[in-house]
Amino acid sequence: MGLSPRPETNVVSMDPHNHESWVTTKLDFLVNWGRANSLWPMPFGTACCAIEFMATAASKFDLARFGMERMSFSPRQADVLICAGRVPFKLAPVIRRIWQQMPQPKWCISMGACASSGGMFDNYAVVQGIDTIIPVDVYVPGCPPRPEGLMYGIMMLQQKVMKERMADKSLRNEMEPDPTSQLYIPPTLIDELSEPFGNSIHQTRSGL
Amino acid sequence: MSEQFLPVLAGHAAGADVPAPVTPKNVPYRDGPVNPSADALRTQFGAAIVRTDVVWGETTVIVQASQVNAIVRWLHDDPSQRYDYCSDVTAVEFRDLEHPLEVVWHLRSIPYRRFLRLKVQIPRGQPLEVPSIWDIHKGVDWMERECYDMFGITFVGHPDLRRILMWEQYKEGFPLRKDFPLRGRFSRSEQLRQALAQNPEAKYSMEELSIAEAFEDLPADMRQRLVSGEKVGE
Repeated sequence: MGLSPRPETNVVSMDPHNHESWVTTKLDFLVNWGRANSLWPMPFGTACCAIEFMATAASKFDLARFGMERMSFSPRQADVLICAGRVPFKLAPVIRRIWQQMPQPKWCISMGACASSGGMFDNYAVVQGIDTIIPVDVYVPGCPPRPEGLMYGIMMLQQKVMKERMADKSLRNEMEPDPTSQLYIPPTLIDELSEPFGNSIHQTRSGL
Repeated sequence: MSEQFLPVLAGHAAGADVPAPVTPKNVPYRDGPVNPSADALRTQFGAAIVRTDVVWGETTVIVQASQVNAIVRWLHDDPSQRYDYCSDVTAVEFRDLEHPLEVVWHLRSIPYRRFLRLKVQIPRGQPLEVPSIWDIHKGVDWMERECYDMFGITFVGHPDLRRILMWEQYKEGFPLRKDFPLRGRFSRSEQLRQALAQNPEAKYSMEELSIAEAFEDLPADMRQRLVSGEKVGE
């Protein structure tokens, strides 16, 4: 459910009986295979999701299985930004700057309800979803998501990476924010994305 | 050679015959034992003391706004009080339109093991101004800034009263006031636009960095920023 089957696995062919070792494969497959299995995460943990993220990275759940054991605390050496937790407006320019400092190819995982939508914090201080600031590849729901949930998201991202094609140059295009407003999607769309939903529509204005 | 550092033992000034306190049980909601500092304040300041409440064993003294600094100074300096620790400065606004806004100080006397809550009531329509006690307790610096940031209360005498949680150019008002809408005043896109316009690297004022005298040694771009009058900062 949800995930499509992995791409064809027998794309690598080899002849072990031949003493001159050789392997044939597609360059796309080889590069994507390498990228998908050595994603270096840039943890941007601001709240309780970061605790679950640490649990995911620790020995029991062991992110090293995905080639992600090397946390990159500098965005310059990171491949995937994992935003774990709510992002207040004051951090909006910071996460935007971190995203811009990451070199291509780069991906982003929005971990948890707050990062994906503002979650329960439908108030004056919290960004209603980091996709209004930076482009997001995978949204992991949950409040906070269990480590299994995050790993599911990571595996989805790996499948996304495996499906990329080098011929498609548009994948690496940087999204340029509007120079005057610094927004990269139209303001009307941001307002629409940030509309109250769920229980928060009952949060009325102050009684005064 | 500076003065020898002496640790302040909690309760040492109360006398050896006073036993160490235990967690009180069966505290009445009202009319519990009054903190003796409340009576001392009344004899010392008289008319500046509006009222004394005892709620759940904690004494609250409501005072005149103009006398706050003098009262805290006396509580801090007087050898029979020694309130040497200000643990909180905050404010409360009530939904009741008739109820005045209250500014609250939590004072602790570590040598006497006492806790005292000072309150100032600011009636509706009055300017939100109270004296700062920064000259007595340096630790209230950020607490008064936060109180200003969230409620818009001006602490007269504070050396650097500017926003601390919201960025300095925040235009929507004071978030913890009752007339402030939960989601803020502007649309989400406008809030995001203003937030993204902030420079995340410009966090400190010139005073904080003490770079005024080192101006010539700064990198050119930072000099340019300062010359152009960018109040660094949020």
